[in-house]
Amino acid sequence: MTLKRKDILSIADLEREEMDLILHTAESFKEVSMRDIKKVPALRGKTVINLFFEPSTRTRTSFELAAKRLSADVINISAGASSTTKHETLLDTSKNIQALQSDYIVVRHHSSGAAHFLASALHCSVINAGDGTHEHPSQGLLDLLTIKEKRGDFKGLKVVIVGDILHSRVANSDIHGLLKYGADVHLVGPPTLIPRGIEKWGVTVHYHLDEALASADVIILLRLQLERQGKSFFPTIREYSKLYGLNRRRLSLADPKCLVMHPGPINRGIEVTSEVADGLSSVILEQVTNGLAVRMALFFLLSGGSRE
Amino acid sequence: MAVEHVILNSNEISRALTRIAHEVLERNKGAKDIVLVGIRTGGVYLAQRLSRRIEKIEGDAPPVGVLDITLYRDDLDTRSATPALETTDIPFDMTDRRVVLVDDVLYTGRTIRAALDSLIDLGRPKEIQLAVLIDRGHRELPIRADYVGKNLPTAFDEKVLVLLEEAGEEDRVILKRAVRDA
Repeated sequence: MTLKRKDILSIADLEREEMDLILHTAESFKEVSMRDIKKVPALRGKTVINLFFEPSTRTRTSFELAAKRLSADVINISAGASSTTKHETLLDTSKNIQALQSDYIVVRHHSSGAAHFLASALHCSVINAGDGTHEHPSQGLLDLLTIKEKRGDFKGLKVVIVGDILHSRVANSDIHGLLKYGADVHLVGPPTLIPRGIEKWGVTVHYHLDEALASADVIILLRLQLERQGKSFFPTIREYSKLYGLNRRRLSLADPKCLVMHPGPINRGIEVTSEVADGLSSVILEQVTNGLAVRMALFFLLSGGSRE
Repeated sequence: MAVEHVILNSNEISRALTRIAHEVLERNKGAKDIVLVGIRTGGVYLAQRLSRRIEKIEGDAPPVGVLDITLYRDDLDTRSATPALETTDIPFDMTDRRVVLVDDVLYTGRTIRAALDSLIDLGRPKEIQLAVLIDRGHRELPIRADYVGKNLPTAFDEKVLVLLEEAGEEDRVILKRAVRDA
């Protein structure tokens, strides 16, 4: 089994077998990061360009480190420092990058579909590191890996995703991935932040957090995407936090072994209290560790093999 | 069409491993400082068997590690498919110990080259020795084995298969030769 594709653009278009392969390969890569010499020669001579049009610490660092641990060369380009400020188009910027013989472009962009657009225009592999409100596949995969490691199986697992579903590309990737693995997915948030008609995907929608959390196995908290909202979807942050913030009392409604996840960066005291974010149920830092392994797996699996 | 010959049967494999176990002990003057590292997948089973044999003879079983050489291959760019990656698991420090690297078949030597590079990134052994069940010739690199179960001269178009119980087979080594229709 190999990945017969050039790009990783979304979880929605991944087959179940491809996801199995990525997660299995990522599990094997975790050992590499435990070594004294955390570097293997698999991608020697390959070039990775991180093209980020939106701010990012975690994801960019994770992709950069993943590529470096595979011995690839990495260049980071962020929008503020690039020629896009001189009105160069996305396509021109990336064609110029391709002309430097790069093998991978990791792109984050504020427009949904930007990664698909580049993938169809370029020969090199494109990995979507978040496009607008569409998808963030590597985050979805690392969330799946974290749940799989802790729980073994997804079948019938009650996963509650809390917060701004409407603007969250993480939620979108998570929902696609979890449904493909047969999890029981519940969404909860203010009615203004839940896309209308999403029940048709096979998820359960709630508007009250307490009700949604009953015997939950996994809680995935989303960051409030204040920069993406533009207008107000709820009266005040304080009210949001009161209604949808996770605290110790609410966590006690869930299964005692419930996992608490968050893609970061955390708005402490808004989506989750520090007590819970740093508590025993939290696997937030394991998500970061797994993210590195998942990204190594993506680079490695896209590297070789004949493509259809 | 292919013709198959059984080169080693179960008893012969067993005797070859017993002899290799004795040779390892003789050359290294006992089992002290010895660790075994099997190359996935066949080499791992053979390393585990060697460890048990050495334990029978000396009383101590040398630890066994598992090495996946995928990330060190020299043909990642040219193969038609990305090979599957499995976990490397070497749960001991190799520094200043004598490592016996174990594989089922020695052929071009490229797997061993990859294994050597990988081992040296994982630690600094005092010495690395190589044990193989079958040496079928056709080396492309200056590599030789220290312990050989059986030397088997082969042609390029032949295949050597080491089948082991641990992989759900009856223990045997098979030489497969393609026969062209007239």
